Amino acid sequence: MKKLIALLLALVMVMSVAACDKKENTPAVPATNNDKNEVTPEAPQVDFTKSEGVMTYAEYDAAKVDDPVTVETFVQDKQSWWDNKATIYTQDNEGAYFVYEMACSEEDYAKLVKGQKIRIKGFKADFQGEKEIADGTFEILDGNYIAPATDVTNILGTEDIVKYQNRFVEFKGMTVAPSTDADGNEVAFLYKWNGSGQDGDDLYFNVELNGNTYSFTVESYLRDKDSDVYKAVKNLKVGDKIDMTGYLYWYDTVNPHIISVSNVK
Amino acid sequence: MIMRKISFILIICLFISLLTGCHGKKSSGVFEIPETFNENKQIELTFWAKNDTNVTQSRIYEKAATDFNKLYPNVKVNIRLYTDYGKIYNDVITNISTNTTPNVCITYPDHIATYLTGSDTVVKLDDLMKDPKYGLGGTELKFDGPAESEIVPSFLNECRIGEKYYALPFMRSTEALYINKTYVERMGYEIPDIVTWDFVWKVSEEATKKDADDNYLVNGQKTMIPFIYKSTDNMMITMLKQLNAGYSDDNGNILIFNDTTKEILKTVGEHAGSYAFSTFKISSYPGNFLNAGQCLFAIDSTAGASWMGSKAPLSDISEDKIVEFETVVRPIPQFDVNNPQMISQGPSVCIFNKQDPDVVLASWLFAQFLLTNETQIAYSQTEGYIPVTTKASESDEYLDYISRIGEDNSLYYDVKINAAKMLMENRENTFVTPVFNGSASLRDAAGQMIENTAKAVRRKQTVDDAFMTTLFDDMMSLYHLDQISTVGESTTKDLGPLPGQAKALIIVLILAWVGIIGFAVRDVILRKSKN
Repeated sequence: MKKLIALLLALVMVMSVAACDKKENTPAVPATNNDKNEVTPEAPQVDFTKSEGVMTYAEYDAAKVDDPVTVETFVQDKQSWWDNKATIYTQDNEGAYFVYEMACSEEDYAKLVKGQKIRIKGFKADFQGEKEIADGTFEILDGNYIAPATDVTNILGTEDIVKYQNRFVEFKGMTVAPSTDADGNEVAFLYKWNGSGQDGDDLYFNVELNGNTYSFTVESYLRDKDSDVYKAVKNLKVGDKIDMTGYLYWYDTVNPHIISVSNVK
Repeated sequence: MIMRKISFILIICLFISLLTGCHGKKSSGVFEIPETFNENKQIELTFWAKNDTNVTQSRIYEKAATDFNKLYPNVKVNIRLYTDYGKIYNDVITNISTNTTPNVCITYPDHIATYLTGSDTVVKLDDLMKDPKYGLGGTELKFDGPAESEIVPSFLNECRIGEKYYALPFMRSTEALYINKTYVERMGYEIPDIVTWDFVWKVSEEATKKDADDNYLVNGQKTMIPFIYKSTDNMMITMLKQLNAGYSDDNGNILIFNDTTKEILKTVGEHAGSYAFSTFKISSYPGNFLNAGQCLFAIDSTAGASWMGSKAPLSDISEDKIVEFETVVRPIPQFDVNNPQMISQGPSVCIFNKQDPDVVLASWLFAQFLLTNETQIAYSQTEGYIPVTTKASESDEYLDYISRIGEDNSLYYDVKINAAKMLMENRENTFVTPVFNGSASLRDAAGQMIENTAKAVRRKQTVDDAFMTTLFDDMMSLYHLDQISTVGESTTKDLGPLPGQAKALIIVLILAWVGIIGFAVRDVILRKSKN
């Protein structure tokens, strides 16, 4: 009897180890890419074919506000979950989709790992220029894709920048420009856009390129005060030259939500 | 022998304390006012404050904390800033379960009603207010706080839940209708002193007209949302009140699911469908569109007046998008211009119970300190708030501030002071909704019905009676409105017979005690008989 039990336990252990070792069907593409200005679908293993009834990015982009939309896309980042609603950044090989407060249980939120393919049904919405999918529902699909960062440094300040809305992007060699706090002092960053906040709130900082100044943000739900990027931005000094990656969020104008920052050596 | 008896008594006492300790959830206990405030004890208070993304407001809180510390050097106040009442509410709820609530907290009475489901969570203020030494106007206060009679009675009454006070009012505001007068007059309309809903709907519909190039006629731009309401909760609540229709009652009965609500929703749907009307949740801040010349009628709090108008000192959009126009402030639209009604809102302050009475007393002293003239006047000047004390609102300093309207576009910004004046002139026309455990959820449901209807129409869904029935059912279920009980109910409700397991536990406890006492008596008798 003892031998039988030992045999069974050993069998269960072998099966568990085998299960842990299971590989994804579609390996993820590298997270970064130095190619310029193009989203490059360099992962032939990833199947970007749309199911029937699913929009291409162009169709999604052309949809009017309040139109129903259905997209198949890949989770790139999670911003927040509250009250059974999830806000996430997603992207495929054609474009990006910001999904605002999609119906999602806490259990399902855990399944939305980076790269996970999902199908979302919702409605096109526009909040202060930010195009998004609202009131969405989703289902998990097989497939995995992590979008490479697209370098949009030279597109900033042009009309084309809006075409990259919500995509994972990178900015290179930008210079930290002063922000003005409530006392009129020049500082490298502000808590909240007008300096009315405190540690833990969104960080706002200005960066300059070719004589133009842009407002960038560390969104505290996307990356909180314990994150590397939050700490790094708090250590910035006016005049620092930096590289950044983030998502090309929009609020009235381009307002990237940064997830990494590094000083240019 | 004596030693044995003492040991026996001690063991019995220990058992009793253990058994009583098992009873019920750990709470901070009922607060009793200390005879004297211990100024030798170091106390650190946490104050969760709400500001309107306004640096000046943050600084006023900080100054109050610093000034209070100068008067009471043993009390340090740490401030955590919020910009959203809902976030404070959520965080308090989360922290009640871990007994890590703040000491002092800006809040709405609706929210307090939910906090009260915890045991002795929020301190009742009745005794504190009347305490001769540390109460309102008390003899031992180190600052010139208001007496109870100097707090505007209607504002103080808003802080009563059931028969008890659980908060002090801190600031009061209402909603205002901010109008792009330039554009409305350009369309050929004259703005009345009190605007009706019909007027707003009519002008808004007309403003949706476009030219051949798809530009709106009224502003020549591609974007125009003629009428935007920031708080759809308030919109529904106020429209129902103005129409004398049901919303809820003092007993916590839900009355909102009625025919008047359906009619309001149909009207909202009609104008949302034509894109004459939108909401903050759908489109963004009314002020952003107003200031860009893309909105004619923006309804937002008077506490948002500094963001309204082309010369507003605060703005959320880039300067190049702001257009030049004249802004006028009116009460929100009315159904009956002879009986205007508008909501009373604004922050109140509550204090949370703690085990140390000195900490609670320190919290109370700081809460009172927020009602001193210096804090009241300074804070009210940051937005279209009005002070909650007559001591402040009738002071020379405040009257001078009001009289200097329009002197500049910062402290004396005309839109902001006009908003405050509008509220002062209509103080008697304000109302609040009944507060009970669940009233915050009902408020959410009220707004959500407007949001859902507006979106449904735009998404080509049919908004008919069947839609309303489903909507009502969804709201009832989503916000658990069928599970609401009043505060009175929660404390006095007959909970029915004890469950079997509880009865069994009680019987076992009784038997155990009978056994213990029996053995003790037997032991005493045996020893006596031996002697």
